[in-house]
Amino acid sequence: MAKRIDISGLSAFYGSHKAIDDISMTVEPRSVTAFIGPSGCGKSTFLRTLNRMHEVTPGGRVEGKVLLDDENLYGSNVDPVTVRRTVGMVFQRPNPFPTMSIFDNVAAGLRLNGSYRKNALADIVEKSLRGANLWNEVKDRLNKPGSGLSGGQQQRLCIARAIAVEPDVLLMDEPCSALDPISTLAIEDLIGELKERFTIVIVTHNMQQAARVSDRTAFFNLAAVGMPGKLIEIDETERIFSNPSVQATEDYISGRFG
Amino acid sequence: MSHASTSVQDRPVPTPPAPVSSLSSRTLPRLAPLGFAVVSIALGVGIGAAAGWHSRVQWGLLSALLFLTISYVATSVVENKRQAKDRLATSLVWVCFLIAVVPLASLLWTTISRGSERLDGYFLTHSMAGVLGPEASGGVYHALIGTLEQVGIATLISAPLGLLTAVYLVEYGKGALAKAVTFFVDVMTGIPSIVAGLFILSIMLIAGLEPSGLMGALALTILMIPVVVRSTEEMLKLVPNELREASLALGIPKWRTILKVVLPTAIGGIATGVMLAIARIAGETAPIILLVFGSQLINPNPFEGAQSSLPFYIYEQYKIGEAASYDRAWAAALVLIAFVMILNLVARGIARWKAPKTGR
Repeated sequence: MAKRIDISGLSAFYGSHKAIDDISMTVEPRSVTAFIGPSGCGKSTFLRTLNRMHEVTPGGRVEGKVLLDDENLYGSNVDPVTVRRTVGMVFQRPNPFPTMSIFDNVAAGLRLNGSYRKNALADIVEKSLRGANLWNEVKDRLNKPGSGLSGGQQQRLCIARAIAVEPDVLLMDEPCSALDPISTLAIEDLIGELKERFTIVIVTHNMQQAARVSDRTAFFNLAAVGMPGKLIEIDETERIFSNPSVQATEDYISGRFG
Repeated sequence: MSHASTSVQDRPVPTPPAPVSSLSSRTLPRLAPLGFAVVSIALGVGIGAAAGWHSRVQWGLLSALLFLTISYVATSVVENKRQAKDRLATSLVWVCFLIAVVPLASLLWTTISRGSERLDGYFLTHSMAGVLGPEASGGVYHALIGTLEQVGIATLISAPLGLLTAVYLVEYGKGALAKAVTFFVDVMTGIPSIVAGLFILSIMLIAGLEPSGLMGALALTILMIPVVVRSTEEMLKLVPNELREASLALGIPKWRTILKVVLPTAIGGIATGVMLAIARIAGETAPIILLVFGSQLINPNPFEGAQSSLPFYIYEQYKIGEAASYDRAWAAALVLIAFVMILNLVARGIARWKAPKTGR
């Protein structure tokens, strides 16, 4: 059940430091939206505001609205735990739980939320691992620890773990930056399949990757070091990479700065 | 090509002076330090004997000094200054290591050799009831029970308290309260055991309670809590933040994240910390003298009446001052060391068994 995200007037702070300033955009359902921009421009911070992970950081604070199909994530009665069940996240470095087996890692979200039927668990785990294109590689060693897998497999395990709880949106924070080109390819293919079912937002430093996997691309930039990051423009990926409407975007994409 | 060059170099070439290579230089043989050690020990013993020093400690210290000097001088002559400094530092580390280990080994050796004379099944299963000081019978059973119960109760109270305090400090605490808790835990670490004993004694007197194993256990609790908090805190800090974030991002509430992800990841280290804390309090004597009172009889009830404990038993037997009681004191010391050693092994076992797995 993919959902649309409407962000309006969103600013995020670390203590008194403003990291991103007044961002408004719409993320379309059943599509891949890529965030690109130089380091420190607040892409990851912005991504983390979309499932209320930003406030986990000490001093993290958010102003503005994020509407998930007309429901404000920052409304006064909204429980961040429920938000995170609806909006899943995959991190930069693969982080399977080291004390758990492959099976338990995928089942972790359901088990620890307490919302599952016991006999359905094995099916959900298999479905999620198939969904992450990992089933064939691990089906004979589901009881082995997840940390014994290779980096690319671990990252797909983390994706399986994230989709097992059936979120509406999947956030990916540079999911391939710690991986080799072959694992990257596997994950990019996977993103292409997952967008049939989820709304996907991906942060990437790799512009070819943004061009390959995304439908729409948002370019972020900051005026100077220490200044808050801003959204420069968001458009169809094809347009951003061929004929962007802002000069800074073209400069960044063509490698003239950044 | 090579043929042509040999013909050119047919005439005797003057052997070049020692190869001036920038990468290789003269080095001492690999076993040289061992030689230095043998020579300096021989010299130390020789000089010590010649000068008529009685203390073997003096011989040892002289040998150590000679060893350092010989290694430094020999290396700076044969190799160079930098290598000599390196050798000096290495030798210093070895000497310090030996100086630290000698007393430990000597202590273990003395305890084992003197303790094993009396240590047998009879000793472990009998109390001192009706045994007079000079008699070579009696046993440690009542003290062993006392130690197990007092330490057990202290652990039951302080392990959960310490664990939860550490969880608070690492996962929730911020601001003035957390700082205050950290400060008081640090202060508590430095409390002498006799002060903890006096504290409980004063409560005991105010409340009109009688000495019992429980009172001793309470004093041990005061000593144990800060150790558990400290070690658990360090272990929880070692859990990567990414694991917490991964769990939170799955929509798992914070308390379940701590319970199911953070604690299992750190459980090996936490168990080791608790075991070490137990080992520390198992050897405490002062609070036991004040609060448990000591007894010659088997009293399995820690909540009523005087008990004994291993360190108290050792002190008591030593005070009697007879040959037979000295033997009993050494045997009890051996039992205490074995108890602590077993706890350590158990802790290592748990740490290895629970450690995050990396195997395929």
